[in-house]
Amino acid sequence: MARIIVVTSGKGGVGKTTTSAAIAMGLAKRGHKTAVIDFDVGLRNLDLIMGCERRVVYDFVNVINGEAGLNQALIRDKNCDQLYILPASQTRDKDALSQEGVGRILDELKKDFKYIVCDSPAGIEKGAHLAMYFADDAFIVTNPEVSSVRDSDRMLGILSSKSRRAEQNEEPIKEYLLLSRYSPDRVKLGEMLSVNDVQEILSLHLLGVIPESKSVLNASNSGIPVILDEKSDAGQAYADIIARYLGEDRPHRFIDEKKGLFGKLFRSR
Amino acid sequence: MLESVQFLTNQIQRMSTDSQQNTHHSPVLEFKSSTFSVPVLVLANNDLIAIEQQLQEKIHQAPEFFKNSPLVFDLQELNNLNLDTNINKLVNIIRKLDLLPIGIRGGSAQQNQQALKLGIPSHSGHINHNPATSPEKQKPQTPEPEIAPEPQFVTVNSTLITHPVRSGQRIYASGDLIILAQVSAGAEILAEGNIHVYGSLRGRALAGVQGDTEARIFCSDLQAELISIAGNYKISEDLNGAAPNQPVQIYLQDHTLIIKDI
Repeated sequence: MARIIVVTSGKGGVGKTTTSAAIAMGLAKRGHKTAVIDFDVGLRNLDLIMGCERRVVYDFVNVINGEAGLNQALIRDKNCDQLYILPASQTRDKDALSQEGVGRILDELKKDFKYIVCDSPAGIEKGAHLAMYFADDAFIVTNPEVSSVRDSDRMLGILSSKSRRAEQNEEPIKEYLLLSRYSPDRVKLGEMLSVNDVQEILSLHLLGVIPESKSVLNASNSGIPVILDEKSDAGQAYADIIARYLGEDRPHRFIDEKKGLFGKLFRSR
Repeated sequence: MLESVQFLTNQIQRMSTDSQQNTHHSPVLEFKSSTFSVPVLVLANNDLIAIEQQLQEKIHQAPEFFKNSPLVFDLQELNNLNLDTNINKLVNIIRKLDLLPIGIRGGSAQQNQQALKLGIPSHSGHINHNPATSPEKQKPQTPEPEIAPEPQFVTVNSTLITHPVRSGQRIYASGDLIILAQVSAGAEILAEGNIHVYGSLRGRALAGVQGDTEARIFCSDLQAELISIAGNYKISEDLNGAAPNQPVQIYLQDHTLIIKDI
């Protein structure tokens, strides 16, 4: 049975698209046929992060309007043949999406794919609403600062009251917390909320902490999802997240500050 | 066949103010007006065997709901059709099925008398008011609050929320509001009655929004943005002194909100 995952946050710039690209690639690398859809019509970015911007012919809106078939619009990833990208349109805006059209496309994708990752735009308006409406699972991407946490909380409220599952009284969307751009050093200095602070405010299952990392920016610029950079801390964090999502038991990492060699030798923990 | 009825006992309150003038020290009791929701058994036929059978079937569908439930039976329709009913036998059937009859509605004067002998007061039906009770209204009305301490029915209209109330969500309860999870900052909970929050209260909580000054707010961790009872409010800046992580109650005294440990 296919599962629809929405990656959402409310606030912009917290790492939704980076996360969408990474987890879609992670799931596909594990052998699950995965599609990732860019819902950010008018501000499309996912194709850049996935490094397929030069192969876009048709987009999501074309498919909704019946101007192209789904198979014509889906772009196969060059690193992994289990992964397909459905890019957003850059020349339209969110009003080009309709609930009926999105539902139809997701139904069609469900026949063929195991996981469908929906990269939500920021905000709580139409684009974000449609990205989460049909979801089975929600990855809430949050930065360790108060406004991001507050916006995530707002988005959780919308997930639990305005989604299809809520409206039809089905089992609620499964919600997971992804804490991104985390920097233990700054938490220690009191400049950032800690994992515990965030969890206390959101009371949500923590799927993983992604450390603030240069590798994320490098990956974005080169159009290769950061999860493929297996040496980087962010890449490993996303790999852990995929493992935990698929039910494996992995201890949380990247929560404590990095210690030098002496720290490792002489300090406990 | 079953509907819900609400009893209003506000006459009692009026009487209590009259009768308590001579003893003004410290009252050991007071009358309060409250509303209860009780199932009403509306009879459309006086065939007691059929009634017993069908009632049994209904109970079988939800035995827990009906067990020891108070019940009012309504004879209005039977009397309109001039079908006579044996009150004694009817009450026996109801009691045999573990229901507790606490009232008769729409009965004739004679039926009301028979019911009263069995300790069952009459309640005015849709049209006819009860003519044949004692001159004071007091007598049939007063026993009712005593008979009704059925836990599942006393808390009428209370709303139970088990999931977190998130920022931007708004919950309105026409009675009491009980929340077993947290209330996030930016959320708003409103109740015409009391509010109980068993998680952290970080949003706004407004009790007694229709003006009930007796309403209270109970919470186990007070970090609210705003608390209000019957329009008297405090914002989080005023709450600075209140310690979080300990159970408190908030009530109204002389138009001032009092926050007190429990």
